[in-house]
Amino acid sequence: MRIHPRYTQRLAIAVLGGATLLTLVVLVFIIVFVLEKGLPVVSLDFLFSNSQDMGRAGGIFPTLIGTILLPLLAIMVAAPLGISTAVYLTEYSLETRATKVIRFGTDCLAGIPSIIFGLFGFIFFVTTLSMGWSILSGGLTLAFMILPTIIRTSEEAIKAVPKSYRQVSFSLGATRWQTVKKVILPNALPGIVTGIMLGIGRSIGETAAVIFTAGSSLRLPSSIFDSTRTMAVHFYILAREGISSENAYGTAATLIIAVLLVNMTAYWLMHRFIAKRT
Amino acid sequence: MDGKFDIQDLTAYFHGNLVLNRVSLKVPALKILGIIGPAGSGKTTFLRTLNRMNELEQGFKAEGRVLLDGDDIYHPRYDVVGLRRRVGMVFALPVALPLSIYENIVYGPRLAGVKERNRLDELVEQSLNASFMWDEVKDRLNTSGLRLSGGQQQRLCLARVLAMEPDVILLDEPCSGLDPISTAKIEEALTALKKKYTIILVTNNTKQAARISDETAFFLMGELIEVGPTDRVFTAPKQQKTDDYVTGRFG
Amino acid sequence: MLATAFSAISALLLIALFIINEGLPFIFRYGLNDFLFSSDWQPQAGKFGIFPMVAASLWVTLGAMVVGVPLGVAGAVFLSEFVPKPVMRVIKPTIELLAAIPSVVYGFIGVMVLAPLIRTYLGGPGLSLLAGSIILGIMILPTVISISIDSIQAVPQSYREGSLALGATTWQTIHMVTVRAAKSGIIASIILGMGRAIGETMAVIMVAGNAVRIPHSVLDPVRSLTANIALEMSYATGLHRQALFATGVVLFLVIVILNSVAIMAIRRRVAKK
Repeated sequence: MRIHPRYTQRLAIAVLGGATLLTLVVLVFIIVFVLEKGLPVVSLDFLFSNSQDMGRAGGIFPTLIGTILLPLLAIMVAAPLGISTAVYLTEYSLETRATKVIRFGTDCLAGIPSIIFGLFGFIFFVTTLSMGWSILSGGLTLAFMILPTIIRTSEEAIKAVPKSYRQVSFSLGATRWQTVKKVILPNALPGIVTGIMLGIGRSIGETAAVIFTAGSSLRLPSSIFDSTRTMAVHFYILAREGISSENAYGTAATLIIAVLLVNMTAYWLMHRFIAKRT
Repeated sequence: MDGKFDIQDLTAYFHGNLVLNRVSLKVPALKILGIIGPAGSGKTTFLRTLNRMNELEQGFKAEGRVLLDGDDIYHPRYDVVGLRRRVGMVFALPVALPLSIYENIVYGPRLAGVKERNRLDELVEQSLNASFMWDEVKDRLNTSGLRLSGGQQQRLCLARVLAMEPDVILLDEPCSGLDPISTAKIEEALTALKKKYTIILVTNNTKQAARISDETAFFLMGELIEVGPTDRVFTAPKQQKTDDYVTGRFG
Repeated sequence: MLATAFSAISALLLIALFIINEGLPFIFRYGLNDFLFSSDWQPQAGKFGIFPMVAASLWVTLGAMVVGVPLGVAGAVFLSEFVPKPVMRVIKPTIELLAAIPSVVYGFIGVMVLAPLIRTYLGGPGLSLLAGSIILGIMILPTVISISIDSIQAVPQSYREGSLALGATTWQTIHMVTVRAAKSGIIASIILGMGRAIGETMAVIMVAGNAVRIPHSVLDPVRSLTANIALEMSYATGLHRQALFATGVVLFLVIVILNSVAIMAIRRRVAKK
């Protein structure tokens, strides 16, 4: 018996729709679950007081500092490098083997798992360069991790600047560098900033790479050579060691909100950038 | 008489394809030279060799000599940036930079090193006057250039070029997207401007060439077929192909 | 400018160099066969067979694909073909946002919600291969969905119109024409998801049980290669540490190869357009 295609279609829609619904429900459930259990724990006190008793009591202030400082250092290193690479790829070179190699390198770097970055950071920054477990080691390792993201989004942003702008600039007697500085970068800025925010978002959630490079000290860091603990690491330790379920949820909630805020800002920026262009 | 531009045996290739074939032409100073011909005849490519804009595309190669006031602009040591300041260009689609009207016009001069506010203000007023726009926009110099109408944006582009105080102005089908009134305004401006500048105008509108150009050159399939005083080219052309084109038998 | 442009490739080479430098000598000294295929992992006694971990990583990744790929591709097809564009413009960024949730959170949910469920209804300790597969599968969903949607949307509208004009239903057009055209992109998304699953560390540590043994059922606790490195690195010294780096070398190679294949597939598809 041959089933009429219309029925197969309805069946397909039901199955596919069901799968999609399941996916969305699960993903949303995760966020809702953590926020529901964790938000009650989060208070100004929780956020801004020091940790006590290895995290069993007190707040998560030191981890907040760590979570701010590490991505900050990472961006300060990765942004200039990444943006220059993107400018070079789009403005200063033709599609040669060199650019293909650079792109390949960037894509590969993007796919390396965080544990490998952790191993690398440990052997290179912590050990060989003797930086020890520190904000410096952690920040530099994170910089390597987010470099591909910044290169990719910056490249997209620069490519989106209309070709006619470049033509006009050159026809008025500008050099390539002047055109980049005065026309291309200002117009690509929102896209570039989006990439930076995505990089920050990724750094905030990183654990494996951070534990082996920045350590896990709960003390308030006084210099970039001090070890520090980020919220993600703190959360991991609390959860694994079963130290404090309550604080774990609280940390997780703060972590999720921070990550969501950063990423949503990035998307909103991207949206406005595209809207302004069209 | 040696022209402002003296082009000798110019041959150009894009990715190995021949686009201009041994073009030789003298561009008279302080006159309007109109360049006509069907689409794909090489008019735009020719225009863009005069300010070395073709090099921005991959795969371009040029042979022959292009002399500006006696110097070959394709000489390896010729100052390209300086060239583009002396030879300004207005493109087919009005491209106002996403800046204010004032900023659009001073973009070029600033790059060339002009910093004094007074001088910049002067340049803005002069160039907007010369493109017959000053009265229309003098009260809103700080508004975005993108807010102007198509015709106004194109005159803004003209003013932008004038602010560089060039010797030569190249225009690549500047009126192709504009309404008749804006077109008339631009033609009026060009006619006034030729007293101070050498103007080369590529147009696919033969009537426009007939209206305002002093000399006309006819290009067909990468070759210069004929060049001469406009009156003669249109009424008594030496080449049959020219006659066919200007009377509308093809193109 | 030129110097900085090579920063990405230099970073890659630097990483490769140091990891290989720490790990490769060990492999040569210990012997590749013994390293990869022996099940004897006793660092104290100088035994470094990682086969249980290799098996664990393979099974967990396979499990993740079984969970994530059908759901992901189904979701991508449904969202790009049957859902109106305005709704899509909200849902797609939301899914991409969900990709940003830290892996430790996924792991935590696995521990608090999934593992107890498995323990109650299916038996075993709960922290198991099954738990790991499910959580990993969920984690790779955003990747698979996002890239697959891009591939499907990149199929020219004319293909769909041609099919519909010949009397096919939307569903027939989808599975006979559209998905087939988007195949390389969808496969690339799957390979990238696979790479992510193999490389995942924190979530797996939290939910998969971390026992060093070859799994005989999905309810057995397992320890993946990544988990092994992360768990023992903090106190490993000497030969032990080198063995962990050697594990890193193996992982690194596998992932670089996987990702290169996926990247070439994606870039070729984009270039062909």
